[in-house]
Amino acid sequence: MWRPLAAAAAIVAALGMSAASAQTGKVTVVTSFAKDVTDPFKRAFEKAYPGVTLDVQNRNTNSAVRFIEETKSNNQIDLMWASAPDAFEVLKNKKLLQAYKPKSSGIPEKVGSYPINDPDGFYFGFAASGYGIMWNERYAKANRLPEPREWQDLAKPAFFDHVSIAAPSRSGTTHLTIETILQGEGWDKGWRTVKEMAGNFRNVTERSFGVPEAVNSGQVGVGIVIDFFAFSAQAAGFPVKFNYPSVTTVVPANIGVIVNAPNTAGAQAFIDFLLSPVGQEVLLDPGIRRLPVLAATYEKAPAGYPNPFKDARFQKMMLFDVDKSEVRTAAVDVLFDQLISFQLESLKGATKSIHDAEAAIAKKANPKASALVTEARNLIAAMPINEAQAASQEIRSAFTGGKEKGARQAELEQQWATFARERYTQAKAKADEALKIAR
Amino acid sequence: MTALSQSLRTFRASATPGQMALAAAIALFLAFFLVVPVATVIYVAFTEQGTGAFTLINFSDFFKNDLFLRSTWNSIWVALMTVAWASAIALPLAYITTRFEFKGALIIQTLGFLPLVMPPFVGAVAMQLLFGRNGTFNLLLDEHFGFKIPFMEGLWGVVFVEALHYFPFILVNLSVALRNIDRSMEEAAQNLGCSGFRLFRRVVFPLAMPGYVAGAALVFVKVFDDLATPLLLNVKEMLAPQAYLRVTSIGIADPMGYVISVVLIITSVLAVWLSTLSLRGKDFATTQRGGGGLSRRKLKPLGSVAAYSVVTFLLLLVLAPHIGLLILSFATVWSFAPLPDGYTVVHYARVFDDSWVYIKNTLIYASLAAGIDVVIGGSIAYLVLRTKLVGRHWLDWAATASLAVPGVVIGIGYLRAFYDVTLPNGAPLATFWLVIVLALAIRRLPYALRAIFAALQQISVSLEEAAENLGATKGRTMRRVLIPLMMGGMLAGFVTSFATAAVELSATLMLVQSNADAPLAYGIYVFMQSASGRGAGAALGVIAVVFVAICTYLSHVMVERSQRSRGLNQ
Repeated sequence: MWRPLAAAAAIVAALGMSAASAQTGKVTVVTSFAKDVTDPFKRAFEKAYPGVTLDVQNRNTNSAVRFIEETKSNNQIDLMWASAPDAFEVLKNKKLLQAYKPKSSGIPEKVGSYPINDPDGFYFGFAASGYGIMWNERYAKANRLPEPREWQDLAKPAFFDHVSIAAPSRSGTTHLTIETILQGEGWDKGWRTVKEMAGNFRNVTERSFGVPEAVNSGQVGVGIVIDFFAFSAQAAGFPVKFNYPSVTTVVPANIGVIVNAPNTAGAQAFIDFLLSPVGQEVLLDPGIRRLPVLAATYEKAPAGYPNPFKDARFQKMMLFDVDKSEVRTAAVDVLFDQLISFQLESLKGATKSIHDAEAAIAKKANPKASALVTEARNLIAAMPINEAQAASQEIRSAFTGGKEKGARQAELEQQWATFARERYTQAKAKADEALKIAR
Repeated sequence: MTALSQSLRTFRASATPGQMALAAAIALFLAFFLVVPVATVIYVAFTEQGTGAFTLINFSDFFKNDLFLRSTWNSIWVALMTVAWASAIALPLAYITTRFEFKGALIIQTLGFLPLVMPPFVGAVAMQLLFGRNGTFNLLLDEHFGFKIPFMEGLWGVVFVEALHYFPFILVNLSVALRNIDRSMEEAAQNLGCSGFRLFRRVVFPLAMPGYVAGAALVFVKVFDDLATPLLLNVKEMLAPQAYLRVTSIGIADPMGYVISVVLIITSVLAVWLSTLSLRGKDFATTQRGGGGLSRRKLKPLGSVAAYSVVTFLLLLVLAPHIGLLILSFATVWSFAPLPDGYTVVHYARVFDDSWVYIKNTLIYASLAAGIDVVIGGSIAYLVLRTKLVGRHWLDWAATASLAVPGVVIGIGYLRAFYDVTLPNGAPLATFWLVIVLALAIRRLPYALRAIFAALQQISVSLEEAAENLGATKGRTMRRVLIPLMMGGMLAGFVTSFATAAVELSATLMLVQSNADAPLAYGIYVFMQSASGRGAGAALGVIAVVFVAICTYLSHVMVERSQRSRGLNQ
């Protein structure tokens, strides 16, 4: 029983070794991008650099960061290639990226109002993406949904139970969307907008791609997504549309060289290729559809392709403060999870009651009921901590483990969840009462 | 001192040197590839955040947190309900196909097994397109009758999907157990005037109890520890998803994810311990072998119609996701409509080139892993049931605990434990593909173990004693008597391990180092991250399912043949 097994193991072991040792001119890249994105780049790069192969390892952003961190002692990866700038910030802070100066020309310093490259030269933007609202036309028609243009639109009663979003704690891109709203409207007003939208959420998914997937297949009507999810779905023939709201920002998707890369020269060659006119043109591929950072490339783009360097709407887009975002990243994510993701049922219950009460008041004005609804809305909007507290050392060390003994993360979570649940219950009671007297 | 030597003597008396060596070897294997890698990750549960000092405060936080307590109850409730519904699907299928002369029993056994093979991501999309809020069923219901059924909403949705997905654990183990029952038991009962449902309830089912309990325990533990299904339905308030979400978030060093993992492991081991306890003190073994199990009766015309309709209905229900997958793989665009807008074969053309590498890798990985599982699972079952070795239950519990360890924790653990070990060519051990095989073997060991355990419980020890009395050595007895008799259980174990290893993703995603080493599940994942890759992912998913179905069918044919060739009256 054992002997043939052992022999088989020896043979397969030998096979595996020989395959692993035949690595010359190989550039290894870890990426969260789909095959549709990586394959055209692989083909174009290998054509431009004969003899070099691009080895693509697909991992979601979380596992990619985890993998690079765990394997740093004997690193086999040359490049990290993904969307979320925050993942690159984490890698940079852990000293896992090496600096480089790409040999490219014609790439402006900023796209919209966001700097394209890391100021310290550790990672580089190769494509821009904006956040916005994507919807399924067939679904919208069947459910008589109006066209969503602004974040506030998604808070309207018509969208109740029709909107989907990825959890910001799970999706770097969604985190930036929430942070953009918070910075654009201010902490208190921003959270109010977010929670009013959240009252209409159908669900909060744990993968970024879960949202466009649900909108594409028509399980959910409207999704808060990054633009290329919508553009590539349109290219694939799905009946979806996309709008950029006015409070949003375009941010770059990035690439960086890993410290101790086995093939640093090859890695740098790939970055240079990506930023060259030939590489930038690949972004226009129907399966990719991202916004090039090289302004000249837009001349080759099909009609109607958004151009962040020319279109007025992108110039209006607000400035995004990376430092402000960074100090409160964990606090914003955990607040979203505890106040929204894990309290979605009670938040939706209260929101539905408010919608019903407001509909009744619209038919027959009733100042007393209106006052109750305002109270209910304020209860929902209330935040357990203010902006200064969110950025305070005390809260930050609850997530990273600081020297001084503050509250632990689990304790904060319990406090915030209780805070939200109590207020959502009270809000529902007030709205129900308003409905009773307004009818 | 005397106490020590005393206990040493009882230890020695408890087993032969060969058995002790076997136990030691298995203990070493489990320590190396399960306990140590996992411990390098979840020790964080016992440390203070930031300082790393030892503390139990995290566990007190766990019990003070409403969300975690709610998640615990939800998980237990969902797991229990799933066992009930999975039994309701599996019992009729197992009973009808093993007790009656039923055409196509073999095909039904194979098809009934397929739900276990649900490729990651695409399976979920197919389920949503059929049963989701705007899936085929609900769109048609809404159009014609003006209402929808929330198949996939909330905790009931989880129960629905999990029951469809995991009932084969009960089906496979129960079918093997039913086949192994001594016909004379049934005949004795019939001679005493027992028949019909009473015969089943009082004689047949109790004798098949080890198989049923093995399957039910697996379903309970698997559902309790499953994170893919709740996450696909966006149900986060269960324990396994909570652990997963915390362990995999970037930049936050939160110990609670690991605390939940520890709770999951303890609960899973407890559940298996309770299930063995429920069988304790009863003897399920029967001595007569080789009669091909229970006598198969002919169905009367009316009964035949009833049996065929029950089987057809159940098969259509449980295979609906696969039918959806098949349609999806041929669909152009399928969005908010009962059926796709058009059909095409372009997705198959697109994956054709890649799929051979994936299939080859999957075949190698899954069969090696399942082979390891059968050998180790069989050895553990033997040691636990046939020896009095001190501490033998720990092997069983350790192996079972691997069910509760999230795949990503095993993945990270393997990187930590094996990345600094270099191979002769300078590459780290963790990048060698055999490590993927070991991770798969560890993850799927409990399946093979439970199946073989149940089979061995049904074999009377007197058969082995007879062989030994006739002069056979322990090894020869095992080879010539025990293994042939356990063949059904071993194949059931092999097939469950093989099929589920073929579509495993979470640990693989951490360990796959290049496309050339990637299995099918990884290929599907890579496609499923973009809108235009959906059809291609589905096509690969169909290839995976067909491939596993063929392997399963072949092994069922082998079991039937081996039983027939040893049969007394055929």
